[in-house]
Amino acid sequence: MGNESLSQIFIGTLLTNNFVLAMFLGLCPFLGVSGRLNTAFPMGVATTFVMLVASLCAYGLNLLLGYFHLEFLRLISYIVVIASSVQLVEMVLKKYSPALFRALGIYLPLITTNCAVLGVALFQTAREYNFSQSLVFSFGGGAGFTLALVLMASLRERLQLANVPTLVQGTAMSLILAGILSLSFMGFAGLGGGE
Amino acid sequence: MSLPIKADEPITMDTFMEGVWRQNPVFVMVLGMCPTLAVTVSAVNALSMGVATTFVLVCSCFLVSLMRKLIPKEVRIATYIVIIATFVTLVDYLIQAVSLALYDALGAFIQLIVVNCIILGRAEAHASKNPPFKAVINALGMGIGFIIGLFALGGVREILGAGKLFGVSLFGPDFQPWVVMVLPPGGFFVLGGWLLLFAWLRNKPAKAEEHTHG
Repeated sequence: MGNESLSQIFIGTLLTNNFVLAMFLGLCPFLGVSGRLNTAFPMGVATTFVMLVASLCAYGLNLLLGYFHLEFLRLISYIVVIASSVQLVEMVLKKYSPALFRALGIYLPLITTNCAVLGVALFQTAREYNFSQSLVFSFGGGAGFTLALVLMASLRERLQLANVPTLVQGTAMSLILAGILSLSFMGFAGLGGGE
Repeated sequence: MSLPIKADEPITMDTFMEGVWRQNPVFVMVLGMCPTLAVTVSAVNALSMGVATTFVLVCSCFLVSLMRKLIPKEVRIATYIVIIATFVTLVDYLIQAVSLALYDALGAFIQLIVVNCIILGRAEAHASKNPPFKAVINALGMGIGFIIGLFALGGVREILGAGKLFGVSLFGPDFQPWVVMVLPPGGFFVLGGWLLLFAWLRNKPAKAEEHTHG
């Protein structure tokens, strides 16, 4: 698996194997923050940044752990790295954009428990990507996450104007919406030479 | 009725049943969605994922509860995550040793148990405030609720998507499987369907009341 071209990896993670819609990673923020467009996009960017940092650190850590034959510590060290990079993003946002910081609220620290971030670190290890491949993989993953989040938020903003039966409102409708989005993303299958 | 201090509440049936029914992690709280949707393509996968998660949940809640007076408040989340990650690593190696086929089917999602919101949520909301025995009972209830939720999804998806349950063919050879059910969109649709069903069930008594009074 370690010899895919960079563009293949990028298109693959962005569209065909979109983290949210095809691999079910990062669903909590996907369902939680996708209510409004102006929080969805920054959330996607913040997550992408954390993914990039986490992916870089995970690559370095993996080499280090491999050198000392401490592979069983991989999971623990990854999660610690992710938690600290989230802390970093939190501090930067709090300083430069307090309004956005408040809007994201509880979902900002929750990036730590975003499966997509840990997923990037774990998948790049499992697929034995080299340095540049890991970087492109995490950036594609982040961009795909942002794309899904923005699409979903736009759809939900539209739906607020629609007349929906009370029974379906809330999570059930978001899930069915996500299902339809996921169905349309399957149309990308085969693009970029993946699978 | 005087309000007792929360930590001293006796262990009741509700400690256990809370997670199974009233606060079911899958259908009511909609937590831990990622593994829920990703591995539930068949009933066997769903069950084993449920059992693995429950094991991690119960062990970490026990340990967190034991150490609840030792952990400083500022670093509690980090401590919980390290505890959870330890048990997940254990489970990961255990499954690899017991059944390699299952390990391949679940893939990275075993390690992703670490970031399952249910476990961290329980550790923070319950285990850090209650004595070990009570925490374990509560965690067990949550775990069983999670297993039921996963099984409900995995069962439906396997029956519709492959015409089988636990690998046993149900409808005979003429059955045309709904392939979409084992693909990613199917996961969203089935969970959406279950949530609709539960919303309808919860709404029904309220509606009936409205009719008799109105």
